[in-house]
Amino acid sequence: MRVTCPWCGERDRREFTVQGDETALRRPHRDAPPEDWHAYIHLRDNPAGRLREMWYHDPCGTWIVVERDTVTHAVHGTTPAREAAR
Amino acid sequence: MRVAGKGLYQGAPPVSFRFDGVAWHGVEGDTLASALLGEGVRLMGRSFKYHRPRGVLSAGSEEPNALVCVDGVPNTRATMQEIWEGMEATSQNARPSLRFDVLAVNDWLAPFIGAGFYYKTFMWPRSFWERVYEPLIRRAAGLGRLDPSAGPLLCEKAWAFCDVLVIGAGPAGLSAALAAGRAGARVILADEGARMGGRLLAETDPLDGQPPHLWVERVLAELVQMPNVRLMPRTTVTGVHDGGTFAALERVSLHRAPRADLPRECFWRIVARRAVLCAGAIERPLPFPDNDRPGVMLAGAVRAYLNHWGVAAGRRVVVFGNNDDAHRTARDCHAAGLTVAALVDSRPEAAMPGAPFPVLPGARIAGTRGRLGLSRVTVEGPQGRQEIEADVLAVSGGWSPSVHLACHLGARPVWDDRLQAFLPPPGGVPWMTVAGAAAGEFTTAGCLRDGWRAASAALADLGLRAPDPDLPEAEGQAPAQGPFIVVEGRRQFVDFQNDVTVKDIRLAVQEGFCSVEHMKRYTTLGMATDQGKTGNVPAIAILSEALGSPVAATGTTTFRPPYTPVSIGAMGAGGQGMGFAPRRLTTSHAACLDRGAPMIEAGLWYRPGYFPRPGETTWRQSCDREVTMVRQAVGVADVSTLGKIDIQGPDAAALLDFVYCNTFSTLPVGRVRYGLMLREDGHVMDDGTTARLGGNRYIMTTTTAAAGQVMRHLDFVTQVLRPDLDVHCVSVTEQWAQFSVAGPRSRDLVQAVVDADLSDAAFPYMACAEAPVMGVPGRVFRISFSGERAYELAVPARYGASLYRLLVAYAESLGGGPYGMEALNVLRIEKGYITHAEIHGRTTAFDIGMERMVSKTKDCIGWAASRRPGLLEADREQLVGLRPVAQDGVITAGAHLYRREDPATRLNGQGYVTSACWSPTLGRALGLGFLRRGRERHGEVVRLVDAMRGVETLCEVTDPVFLDPKGERLRG
Repeated sequence: MRVTCPWCGERDRREFTVQGDETALRRPHRDAPPEDWHAYIHLRDNPAGRLREMWYHDPCGTWIVVERDTVTHAVHGTTPAREAAR
Repeated sequence: MRVAGKGLYQGAPPVSFRFDGVAWHGVEGDTLASALLGEGVRLMGRSFKYHRPRGVLSAGSEEPNALVCVDGVPNTRATMQEIWEGMEATSQNARPSLRFDVLAVNDWLAPFIGAGFYYKTFMWPRSFWERVYEPLIRRAAGLGRLDPSAGPLLCEKAWAFCDVLVIGAGPAGLSAALAAGRAGARVILADEGARMGGRLLAETDPLDGQPPHLWVERVLAELVQMPNVRLMPRTTVTGVHDGGTFAALERVSLHRAPRADLPRECFWRIVARRAVLCAGAIERPLPFPDNDRPGVMLAGAVRAYLNHWGVAAGRRVVVFGNNDDAHRTARDCHAAGLTVAALVDSRPEAAMPGAPFPVLPGARIAGTRGRLGLSRVTVEGPQGRQEIEADVLAVSGGWSPSVHLACHLGARPVWDDRLQAFLPPPGGVPWMTVAGAAAGEFTTAGCLRDGWRAASAALADLGLRAPDPDLPEAEGQAPAQGPFIVVEGRRQFVDFQNDVTVKDIRLAVQEGFCSVEHMKRYTTLGMATDQGKTGNVPAIAILSEALGSPVAATGTTTFRPPYTPVSIGAMGAGGQGMGFAPRRLTTSHAACLDRGAPMIEAGLWYRPGYFPRPGETTWRQSCDREVTMVRQAVGVADVSTLGKIDIQGPDAAALLDFVYCNTFSTLPVGRVRYGLMLREDGHVMDDGTTARLGGNRYIMTTTTAAAGQVMRHLDFVTQVLRPDLDVHCVSVTEQWAQFSVAGPRSRDLVQAVVDADLSDAAFPYMACAEAPVMGVPGRVFRISFSGERAYELAVPARYGASLYRLLVAYAESLGGGPYGMEALNVLRIEKGYITHAEIHGRTTAFDIGMERMVSKTKDCIGWAASRRPGLLEADREQLVGLRPVAQDGVITAGAHLYRREDPATRLNGQGYVTSACWSPTLGRALGLGFLRRGRERHGEVVRLVDAMRGVETLCEVTDPVFLDPKGERLRG
């Protein structure tokens, strides 16, 4: 699998660490209800199809949001997480 | 038999080799199969199950029969193995010899040991399976044997990148490579043969009025000149993977005598923006009685041996086919001066006008004779039944496009009734186009055009303009293909390698294994090392007939990588021994080795276990001495492996307040604080000290184990959760060498090398400063992981080696010396300091007694989740110290804890031991562990049981800090 790091270009997947669903981008407020925290920490969709995930490019230390398809394994795009988080 | 005037290797240097100990001769360019056929050897192997004599069937990588052992490598296909001077090949699966194999008795037992006989026969008694049946079957069945004394094959791995990967160098592939090469694209042309050209080397139909191999030579000469084209012969593309990554196996030196400086194989990962698959087609055998005798070969292979290698498989040839392509074999054999005894064509309408040999339309082969090699065939047809003498039977059931790679991403091939073949699924691999025979185009002219067209499409995708077609005039008559036939009788083999017959397939249907995937697994059809390349399509036809359904409805089994076998050694090339993981060495490594310290692995790092002195025979003696040395004088240890992260910026303090559960914004400049980092789920991630070197400048320390994880975490926080913070984090672990100097005399030592006031008033416990160390800009921290007065000195890594030697020499002059990881561990257990043995991912700040560190006045990672009631329950397992009641009691890490009166069963478990040591300071064993409601139970006696090591000890529960609970030694 090939993933494009926004700074380094297209690289083999072995250069990356994948963390999982992009839910991590949407951290609840400190005093949010427990249900929100439960959803943030534990609940993840498992779609057959497009998915947005957090990937880390180890050599340059950039967190990236990768949109890929869990059925075809096609990578549809990557965004620096810093921009996606805004 | 060599045929004078035939083949591409006339006049090539001779090569001698041995097969089963007998010396034979061939020429350079021969495969083992062509050389043996050239010497008149037809018997090359014994079959897997029935031990039937077998000869070579094909001339390519699809070979099911002629598997031999070469240079210790079993299951080598004689059709792919080139001969080299002095090569030793041996046959497989035959005892005592290939000509007389005692297990050929299995062949007589065949009626009783058909498909599925294991499941029916070896049911009783049950205990016999492992002890009797399985060992017997394993000895009787099988292909080659690995030689356990042989070392691993020397292999390499490599990456390659290109715009267009062309797979296969037959007419379509050469045409595609030429188009892409002329357009200026970066091209890789990979072909599994030793000589590029594919079928063009095996045919006689002219290209541009000349023998086809001359055109091949012209094209290769042009391609070789192009700097943008890379030719990779002997390279099989074995897999298509995500994102345009292809796996390929190159036989770098398997065609020559082994040499220590040459890898045998290279496993390539080729990244291509576009690919053109020109893998050609594989001829299918026909099922008829006894269709597996040595001398029964595929018609295209007979032609290939004759035209490419100049070798006749025999003198009297009978050709049997259901298509016009088989006629070419009869034609070429006759033209080469061989006797064509008959052309048997199953199609009643078949004709070959003007054929100078008997043509028998509407006829079929009803049987064969010849124990170790074909001698006669029985032909049945409208003309009646006749016996014909022959030593070669060339068989063709038509050609199956090699669609394998086009299906590696999961798409299924599509059946074409007109071509009687499975075609590659359109769009099966989005970035790959299929061309030529692999796409069902069976004329040379069509293949040439198709290759050019496919390359042009790939070039257009890449924004390159394809050059105008420039192709030679070629044969353009597609051979007519008749329907698939089965000649009834006994022992009609379909999968030659796994000995699966027509009867087995029908039996599978009869017993309900009707899906093609079930039939495959019940009969083992297509499960041998050739993966059924020749037999699968005939098998699907037979299955469809038995089910009474069309072939299209039956479908195929799943195509998976690798296309041909890849040795594990090649796939894992470079990953053995030191290649498995990089080694990280500290600057003190050489000094530690000089002192005889055994190095132990800590992640990728290597750290000294202990420093043996003369007279010390066990690690414990050295460890005890080093602990006592630190407690009484001074010791030096390299702590550079701990993660060091330089954090700078106006919001550095805010970042630390967010990632640590305690507060760092209040830390004064010149001071160090212990910090606890939580995961978002409220459990402890890591701990360590962070020093404030300036208003906007901190140095964070992580544990050795979590250094990478913490750095990734900080990147996550600064980029994703708090991009508002103006702060930068950089790992400086490898830039700084850092040494701990611990013990009551540590200040004397440190003061000797640091140019700063280290009096307790000026530099108290938890102070830090930037100060010259032996004149080098360095850092000093007054922190301790032993409970003693201690300092850590940091200098740029290039000074590490000399500073370490200097510190150790000074320490020795003060009655101290170096100490290793074993002593470091004992020192910290005595003091109750935790490591990842305790913060193992399931413990909370509450569990380790640090819940008061979790600030209530700010947000931090893990704050919300750490407040969950379940994580603050009094009933949780809490950190405690453990001390044996008896002076000589033993404590082992991993032991479980029970109430004194309870039986040691899982349900009675009260906790477990995480760390244990012998404390020379206290003269007894000590342990740290987690015990339910442990903090309330200090003073209670619990039972420690380690069932694995047979240890049972009564222990007193204590505070985890065994030594100096007030910290008087620490502060001095």
